[in-house]
Amino acid sequence: MAHTEKKHHITPYSTYIIVWLALVIFTSITVTVAGISLGTYTLLVALFIAAIKSALVINIFMHIKFDESIFKVFLILSGTTLFVIFLLTFFDFLYR
Amino acid sequence: MTDSNHIIESAADNHIHRDDIGAKMGMWLFLFTEILLFGGLFLVYAVYRFQYPDQFHIAGMDLSTAIGTINTIILLTSSLTVALSITALQKQNKSLSIIMLSLTISLAILFMINKYFEWSGKFSAGIYPGSEDLLSRHNGEILFFGLYFVMTGLHALHVLVGIVLLSIILGMVVNKKITYDYTVKLENSGLYWHLVDLIWIFLFPLFYLIQ
Repeated sequence: MAHTEKKHHITPYSTYIIVWLALVIFTSITVTVAGISLGTYTLLVALFIAAIKSALVINIFMHIKFDESIFKVFLILSGTTLFVIFLLTFFDFLYR
Repeated sequence: MTDSNHIIESAADNHIHRDDIGAKMGMWLFLFTEILLFGGLFLVYAVYRFQYPDQFHIAGMDLSTAIGTINTIILLTSSLTVALSITALQKQNKSLSIIMLSLTISLAILFMINKYFEWSGKFSAGIYPGSEDLLSRHNGEILFFGLYFVMTGLHALHVLVGIVLLSIILGMVVNKKITYDYTVKLENSGLYWHLVDLIWIFLFPLFYLIQ
């Protein structure tokens, strides 16, 4: 242990609890918004909130924010791959 | 594994070959294959939702928002408890870590119990893959329920795997195979569990919140 200079970052309990509270609040917002008829925006709002929630989970719960930056590179790479696959498929689907 | 092994490990504390970053990297690579697996299914969902918006809407009304919301809260809380168990172990609070891990497993089981009631409700209403009632409906509705059963089913399978995995990890923490200075196995299992939560964060609005 003595040799590993940069030892583990330990996330405090309170950080996790705050993030959990935020996640629960966002969940209640998304459920409430779904009840209001916003037409096509309903889906957009739901996906936007889901994106915020996943950013919280990935950064704090999954510790990406405090880990080696190589994991961030991995994450961006796979996220971009998925995005490109979606983009190309919809390009094909919409302009077929 | 054996006692002698354990003694050697603790005696040579600083010298055993171990690569925590490598272990985590392997875990992340595995998680990316999972993201692509579910990503493909989300892609199919997206295309068909654009093709049959009204029928997805009608079919989505059959799902219970309440059960979906309860399961969302359960999974979010289980994500919290698994994260807390890691911090607890790192702070050398082994008993709290064990309590938090046990809570995580209990919540996962609770999720599956809800899932059981949800699915059996659907089955008794005559909605299951290939049922006459379902096949008599429109294409878009058949596709919606097909995707619903495949995607939430595959997710539920991941929850079941998570229950087994976390139980093994719990045993290792109890038996001191996982200790405060060697938490990477617990952390990697936590990563897996957070991914299960992450996928649900998207499944929930796409299936249960179509009003």
